[in-house]
Amino acid sequence: MKPAQRQGVGPEQRRYARVLEWGARAGLAILVVEFALYLGGMLPVRMAPAALPEVWSLPLGEYLARTGAPTGWGWIELMGYGDFASLSGIAILASCSVPCLLAVAPLYLRNGDRVYAILCLLLVAVLVLAASGLLGRTH
Amino acid sequence: MSGHSPPFERRRPIGSRRLAAAVAALVLVAAVADPACAASATPQAAIAWWVWPLALFVVCFALGVVAVPAGVGGGVLFVPIVSGFFPFHLDFVRGAGLLVALASALAAGPNLLRVGLADLRLALPLALLASASSIVGALIGLALPATVVQIALGVTILAIVALMASAKKSELPEAGPPDRIAEALRIHGVFHDAARGEDLRWHVTRTPLGLVLFTGIGVLAGMFGLGAGWANVPVLNLLMGAPLKVSAGTSSFILSLVDSSAAWVYLNQGAVLAIVAVPSVVGIMLGARIGARLLTVLKASVVRRMVLALLLLAGARALLKGLGVWN
Repeated sequence: MKPAQRQGVGPEQRRYARVLEWGARAGLAILVVEFALYLGGMLPVRMAPAALPEVWSLPLGEYLARTGAPTGWGWIELMGYGDFASLSGIAILASCSVPCLLAVAPLYLRNGDRVYAILCLLLVAVLVLAASGLLGRTH
Repeated sequence: MSGHSPPFERRRPIGSRRLAAAVAALVLVAAVADPACAASATPQAAIAWWVWPLALFVVCFALGVVAVPAGVGGGVLFVPIVSGFFPFHLDFVRGAGLLVALASALAAGPNLLRVGLADLRLALPLALLASASSIVGALIGLALPATVVQIALGVTILAIVALMASAKKSELPEAGPPDRIAEALRIHGVFHDAARGEDLRWHVTRTPLGLVLFTGIGVLAGMFGLGAGWANVPVLNLLMGAPLKVSAGTSSFILSLVDSSAAWVYLNQGAVLAIVAVPSVVGIMLGARIGARLLTVLKASVVRRMVLALLLLAGARALLKGLGVWN
């Protein structure tokens, strides 16, 4: 990396990049492996793939009613099933910004940059709120 | 995300006829996958289940190839095309669309941050508002009837086509003096422009308006499952005065936060089907790797025009499907 690039990139960005890289790699790897296990028939399924065309064109509410698929964090209990196992990879991808933000907040605080430390924590709060499943059920 | 065309047009371009054949093949695959076409030849139920995810993978791979040289994110192509020409319900397509945009943004994020093309100080305030509003957008989108969302999606896609066709871009815009918020948050930086071989200082202006617009962009991203680079880049570049490359890099990074929030809403509501999401994510990411390599040989302006034509078709399809004219 050239000196000019280093000049423009603070330690916060470098730390954020490092943590993000690991999180994204882990999420993608788990996503692909779990899906391969599912397609390879190495995991039991709740709904046979051949039956999916009957439900994947239904609106979400009808799909949930017909299949009994879980909402919220209910999929965690079904992780042993191939059709839900890949959701763990998706959850990791959707969560991997949280450790990045938590990793850089102390650096901002150390530099006396309280506003950005607070921004990081507020973003974590938004992501946790979104992930909590507490927000209104639409179906 | 951003247009990269000028530097690459000097290289030997692949003939537009060959490119047209590639895009025609893409459309053909999508047309074959069209449930209406399928129904006319073979009842949909008679088609083996694995044909659809396989076709989805192939189409997404092709979308990934053309998205990079066309300077758009995969999400904006994915949702209208897949919802228009595949049998999956729009609810699941939007969930997958968010994941496509999220995975692409996460994959690109670390490098963009390291080379200074994504800037944390610029991104975090905008991402906070856009992330919060994307949750609202996702909840609204999942609560509205599918026909309403379909019509709104069609109108939005056609507006995006108009925006992409008409919007100017400025490599290094003349940003006015920094506003109070930009000064207080010290939103400025230096990046090394390899094409020019020099270090460029930048700052932003009109931050309050940028914050308002990013709030609206977040709602649209959550509601339609679109990546929002098509809107982020013009706001960062033309309104706030960030250099084009910093705008494109920061836009991509912002998507990694905004789409995470909205993706959680779709996941919690049960609107993520692995059989739709995973082939899409893997296909578009593999295609994007090829697309990035083809950057040096493809004529970007031709690809861009073809992608605009494809979006026009997909936007019209979404609108007419929502209106019940073309089911």
